[in-house]
Amino acid sequence: MQKLLLLGDEAIAQGAIDAGLSGIYAYPGTPSTEITEYVQRSKEAKERKIRSDWSANEKTAMESALGMSYAGKRAMVCMKHVGLNVAADAFVNSTITGANGGLIIVSADDPSMHSSQNEQDSRFYGKFSFMPILEPTNQQEAYDMVHYGFEMSERNKIPVLLRITTRLAHSRAGVARKELNDQNEVKLPDNLTQFVLLPSIARKQYKVLLENQETLENESRESGFNKYFEGNDKSLGIITCGLAYNYLMENYSDEKLNYPLLKVGQYPIPKDMVEKIYDECDELIIMEDGYPILEELVRGFLNKGKVIKGRLDGSIPRDGELNPNIVARALGLTDEVGEPVPPFVVGRPPSLCKGCSHTDSFQALNEALGKYSPGRVFSDIGCYTLSALKPLESINTCVDMGASITMAMGAADAGLVPAVAAIGDSTFTHSGMTGLLDAVNNNSPITVLILDNATTGMTGGQKSSALGRIESICIGLGVEEEHIRILKPLAKNHEENVKIMEEEFEYNGVSVIIPRRECIQTLNKRMRAKHKAKKLEQK
Amino acid sequence: MKRDIILAGVGGQGILSIAATIGTAALDNGLHLKQAEVHGMSQRGGDVQSHLRISSKEIASDLIPAGKVDIIISVEPMESLRYLPWLSKDGWLVTNTQPFVNIPNYPEVEEVMDKVKALPKHIAIDADKIAKDLGSPKSANIVILGAASPFLEMDTEAFENALRKIFGSKGEDVVNANIEAFRAGLKHAQKNQ
Repeated sequence: MQKLLLLGDEAIAQGAIDAGLSGIYAYPGTPSTEITEYVQRSKEAKERKIRSDWSANEKTAMESALGMSYAGKRAMVCMKHVGLNVAADAFVNSTITGANGGLIIVSADDPSMHSSQNEQDSRFYGKFSFMPILEPTNQQEAYDMVHYGFEMSERNKIPVLLRITTRLAHSRAGVARKELNDQNEVKLPDNLTQFVLLPSIARKQYKVLLENQETLENESRESGFNKYFEGNDKSLGIITCGLAYNYLMENYSDEKLNYPLLKVGQYPIPKDMVEKIYDECDELIIMEDGYPILEELVRGFLNKGKVIKGRLDGSIPRDGELNPNIVARALGLTDEVGEPVPPFVVGRPPSLCKGCSHTDSFQALNEALGKYSPGRVFSDIGCYTLSALKPLESINTCVDMGASITMAMGAADAGLVPAVAAIGDSTFTHSGMTGLLDAVNNNSPITVLILDNATTGMTGGQKSSALGRIESICIGLGVEEEHIRILKPLAKNHEENVKIMEEEFEYNGVSVIIPRRECIQTLNKRMRAKHKAKKLEQK
Repeated sequence: MKRDIILAGVGGQGILSIAATIGTAALDNGLHLKQAEVHGMSQRGGDVQSHLRISSKEIASDLIPAGKVDIIISVEPMESLRYLPWLSKDGWLVTNTQPFVNIPNYPEVEEVMDKVKALPKHIAIDADKIAKDLGSPKSANIVILGAASPFLEMDTEAFENALRKIFGSKGEDVVNANIEAFRAGLKHAQKNQ
């Protein structure tokens, strides 16, 4: 069969479809979004009736996938690394319940923060939860690991974490497919109390989980994803994983690597493999994209005095993603960089699109807040976070999904009145609703702007769970109807919009203002599709 | 055969169409390929870049090491210079001359172009004008691809077949406009190389 040219994300999706997936659950988040989108677009997935609609957030996604696993079918849940924080409660407990149908959690890390607020390393969550981890180095391995991961998950009755990083997620290469598996039939767990985490049951299952670690270590030794390459020059041993392996091999594309090498692709890492490289080499260097988790593990395993180089001793920068040049420098190889960037080349930060409704909303907000001291706008995660930059400079916080409303509430409790929250429609249903309930119960003097562009904009226009429901949700949570104001963010409505905001700032309770106008990108896409359909009709 | 390419521009200028065309041509020629793209936040009017590697041998890294790029292909002049640290000593820089000004502190265009022209191996082409003169202003990116094609070690037919595949779903008119744009870029490069 001809190889498919796939993004790492797409290779995972195709791998899941071919491995007999029954459902994929996710909330969009760069760099993980394309996994679910691929399944949504796939004809095969449609024919096989694989469910793939977006979830309201990563926690609901994780729980739904766990439910599918309970019922015996293969499920996948996908998120960006910070999404794993949202899903963490269900994620951590899922190793205590264990799995029934194969369950894979894909977490896409973003070292160097290309599109994120931190560069946390999901492998720590895996270790923390005693969950086996798979870490591919390339698109083909990503594809193959999905097949293996489902099988291992069912064999050991445990969920599996598949950890990727931005560069793999968003890089294309040829991928060869395997044969297509049938989906599982519904089959409940043999033990119907397996998923009941009452303390008396959880204590027993936790012991089983700990006992199973040895079996999981054997799996890691035998799967072939951890490989030991012998080398004659024992002055240095190299341990590497993920994309760092590619960067290493890039530096040895013209000559043979003579150092012993341990390539890690599956955790828990077999201790004997680490011991072997430690014992036979004078020094070790550890190269990994993300946090120094392997390095810490190795130092913990064997602290017998040899030099261990890596991110912790400064041989490799402590933060940021790796690249072939960083790896070359750490190995003492020559590293020829080209001409420097001319000093007149300036940064070109991302900005709100021309015609974006958020621009009109924040221009009105800036004016309406003009008479108060600055620093009152608590914002959230989405395109509108760009309003922190020039020329708008409207917002003062961006921490995590949903934090706008609750932070405004806390600041109002401290006496900062009025306090304003600015949150998008999709983020509101992701994690803003419970915070709004707190604010209503607290009768907080805050004004919440729910910026409704009818889509999940930042990740490319996925369907928003909030569509058509925002007012009824707010009323249901107890916001008074006369303090739910809807406005159309357009330049011609500027004066009127400013006035509505000013009125609500004066109100001593929870107000919700909904500036509502479709995202300019999804609008253009819709219009183009309409135009095309019309043209076809005319033909 | 091995070509390491950086594609540069501003979000929305169509560098991924260039990448897809080169990628399709490379696969049709039985070459290995790796292509690192930028998705997400930076697509909103920010600088974007893609590392594209094609080779007859297997490719290790998704990212090209600094100092090793054979050719920078840029749809915007200032953006072409942002990647000079990646360009090898005898690498080519092929860039559009038409600036995309969406920031208040964009440098003097003359200063930018002086730097481009000071590079020993460069092609500077007003792709926007050529595309407009051809009656298809949206094909400026493919004009640039045409101008870069002599340095990519694949024949013209491979690129034109790739354009047919990539734009085929948009109809014959769009395909022809892009092939014309490609040829106009190629002609310019052959005259100015």
